[in-house]
Amino acid sequence: MMKKIRLTVQLLFTIITNGYTYGFLNGKIYRGGLKYVCVPGLNCYSCPGAFASCPIGALQALLNQQGFQIPFAMLGFFFLFGSLLGRFVCGWLCPFGLVQDLLHKIPVFRKKKTLPFHKYLKYGKYAVLLLLVCVGSMFLFGGFAKVPAFCKYLCPSGTLLGAIPLLSANESLRSQIGGLFFWKFGILILIVVLSIKYFRPFCQYLCPLGAIYGLFNRFSLVQIHWEKERCISCKACERACPAALSITEISRSPECIRCGKCIEACPEACLHFGRSGKRESTSRGINLHTKKGAES
Amino acid sequence: MGFWRKNRQWLCGVLAGVILLAIGAAQGHLAVIWQKAVMICMECIGIG
Repeated sequence: MMKKIRLTVQLLFTIITNGYTYGFLNGKIYRGGLKYVCVPGLNCYSCPGAFASCPIGALQALLNQQGFQIPFAMLGFFFLFGSLLGRFVCGWLCPFGLVQDLLHKIPVFRKKKTLPFHKYLKYGKYAVLLLLVCVGSMFLFGGFAKVPAFCKYLCPSGTLLGAIPLLSANESLRSQIGGLFFWKFGILILIVVLSIKYFRPFCQYLCPLGAIYGLFNRFSLVQIHWEKERCISCKACERACPAALSITEISRSPECIRCGKCIEACPEACLHFGRSGKRESTSRGINLHTKKGAES
Repeated sequence: MGFWRKNRQWLCGVLAGVILLAIGAAQGHLAVIWQKAVMICMECIGIG
């Protein structure tokens, strides 16, 4: 039940925020007023269907300006969405997260949750945030202008959602393809292949937006509550967790994307979505438990 | 008071977010974001 609801929300949100069909058909992008605002997930604003801006792209646009200016607007955006949702955005609202989820369903390769050396590699997203997004956008130049370094050198969402549809429909752009495109296409192919075997490799190891939202997981409004008194320590939640988290890490860890698989797996229904600050042991949080689990 | 005590962390985060957004909007950051977003980002699509 939770799985179906989450997939529906992911699909609907992706379609609604990327519904500018005219752009897809004509190789153009939307230029209206909605692009003053950002969607919460990683959604390239050069996607021909995108109605709104990408938060990481917007952050880099502010850092690309002459001199150094504190990007107040984007800091505010991250504080707002991070404090409300944390990495719930990653699990339920990010289009590129959805792409990786769908790829992971392909029944090829024996599935694994994490890459080898996961406990070191998971800090890679913080390195991407610091070095590419922040430092790169402030100091790297392409000609006389600063470049959005993460978008230019790494972002596979931009390649998949922006480059491929735009270049397919726009011949004048297609004639300008060079080495940079093939570099980014190679990164996209790597992420696609890894996503089939491993759970969301981009989200776990490279996504700077996930790095930002993860910092808010401990105190965001949306939480997954664990009723310790009812827990029988069967570890079903830990086996179900695609990010290989322990019961004490679920929801609080920066790695938790609030996908809800632990909630579905729990036979005692002691995990459920709720809001931060609830301390009662019998909670009235949202419980989308399966009938089988609820009856056991 | 009980509600504030239990929820102060995310409430402070939201408040900080709103204030920072307002400061950014006053400084013209939204216009900068829009100007970038309405032009095809050549770097994003691997051309620039």
